Amino acid sequence: MRAVGGLIAVALALALQTTLAKLLVGGSAAIDLVLVAVVSVALTTGPVGGMLAGSMAGLIQDSLSTGVLGIGGLAKSVIGFLAGAISQQFILTSALPRFVMFVGATVAHAALFMGLNVGLGLRAFPSPWKAVASQAVGNAVVGMVAFAIIEALPGVIERRRMGRRPRG
Amino acid sequence: MAVLDIRQRTGWLFMAVIVGHILLISAQVNTQRGVPLLEEVTFGTFAEVQRAATSAIATVRDNWTNYVALQDVRAENARLKEENAALQVGLQQERALAQQSRTLQSLLDLKTAVQLKTTSASVIAGGASPEFRTMTIDKGTGDGLASDMAVLAPGGVVGRIIMPARRAAKVQLLIDRDAAAGAIVERSRAQGVVVGTGTDRFRLDHVPGAADIQVGDRVVTSGIEGIYPKGFLIGQIQSIDRQSGEFTNVVVDPAVQFSELETVLVVVTPTPGEAQ
Repeated sequence: MRAVGGLIAVALALALQTTLAKLLVGGSAAIDLVLVAVVSVALTTGPVGGMLAGSMAGLIQDSLSTGVLGIGGLAKSVIGFLAGAISQQFILTSALPRFVMFVGATVAHAALFMGLNVGLGLRAFPSPWKAVASQAVGNAVVGMVAFAIIEALPGVIERRRMGRRPRG
Repeated sequence: MAVLDIRQRTGWLFMAVIVGHILLISAQVNTQRGVPLLEEVTFGTFAEVQRAATSAIATVRDNWTNYVALQDVRAENARLKEENAALQVGLQQERALAQQSRTLQSLLDLKTAVQLKTTSASVIAGGASPEFRTMTIDKGTGDGLASDMAVLAPGGVVGRIIMPARRAAKVQLLIDRDAAAGAIVERSRAQGVVVGTGTDRFRLDHVPGAADIQVGDRVVTSGIEGIYPKGFLIGQIQSIDRQSGEFTNVVVDPAVQFSELETVLVVVTPTPGEAQ
């Protein structure tokens, strides 16, 4: 059931990312919703789920972009695995550790992604610090909101169900 | 059953996934021949998902625009009526000027000698990754589109088609880090190459040190790379850095608002190379 949820989350993030990117394509400070979804899946399912979600999402992202197929997949697989592994070792239920996790994951993802591109001589990223920092904060904020919604949803549904129950 | 449980084999699975990706990357980086089949199939399939997502969002947006957002229409209508009356007067003057302009245009025969055949397409999605500046349009090989066809907007140059599927095509925007186009400064005819920076600005490279360029100069396509038709507006020079007589950083402000693109024109006229 969690695997299906993870798949839906990644597919939804991809659809949203491509739709929102249409609006934000000229801007330099972009949010990677797919990475947010991968980290979220990793935090809820563990390293295997995170890695598989990252692999699938990264490969689709690669195929929809102009870069080499597999670089995004590799970067997101590693991030998904590490985020899942860390979530099993530490308690990440409060806001601050989760914020740090999303920021760290974004920075690590950027380092891997850009490192692979530069290492293979595919493209250069002159002074990417500002873009990475703004993306890290953006991803963290979106991730926190997404988590708050996901955690609040079962309670809201339960309260609505209780409210509808006929009183005898 | 523990042997078959992948959760017991996390490390091995991780290694397998990483090795798989590395092999995938290596195959592409080493060979560099055409577009991988997997990439085209995935793109073709996901383009349909993008089409559905865009359609769903357009439906919601239309409903919002046509019903929910009409609350202040009455007041706006009254204001627009007043504005319309004022514009009617202005229109009479503009008509006179337009007639004058048409006469001059026909006299000078400003229509271009080469007629470009274009087809319009709607933008159905943006890029999936923030690191790449691409978008997806709703026409593909089924509509006669092919790789390296130029994509234009009324404002100027947008980019080129890099992967046409049957019913959709991926367009690399000129602001992508890997994009470039031959350019010429309209005023002084100085040549250069406009390259994407991954942001919402271009950089004009390879401008000779002796060239005459100024802030505000219009930069147009030179057509030298055989993709973009000659003379189409790319943007205006925003800033110029110069050191030891050489241009080190010439920033160009794009003529096209890439975030506001909804419909584009694809130039389907064959390039001179194809025609031969």
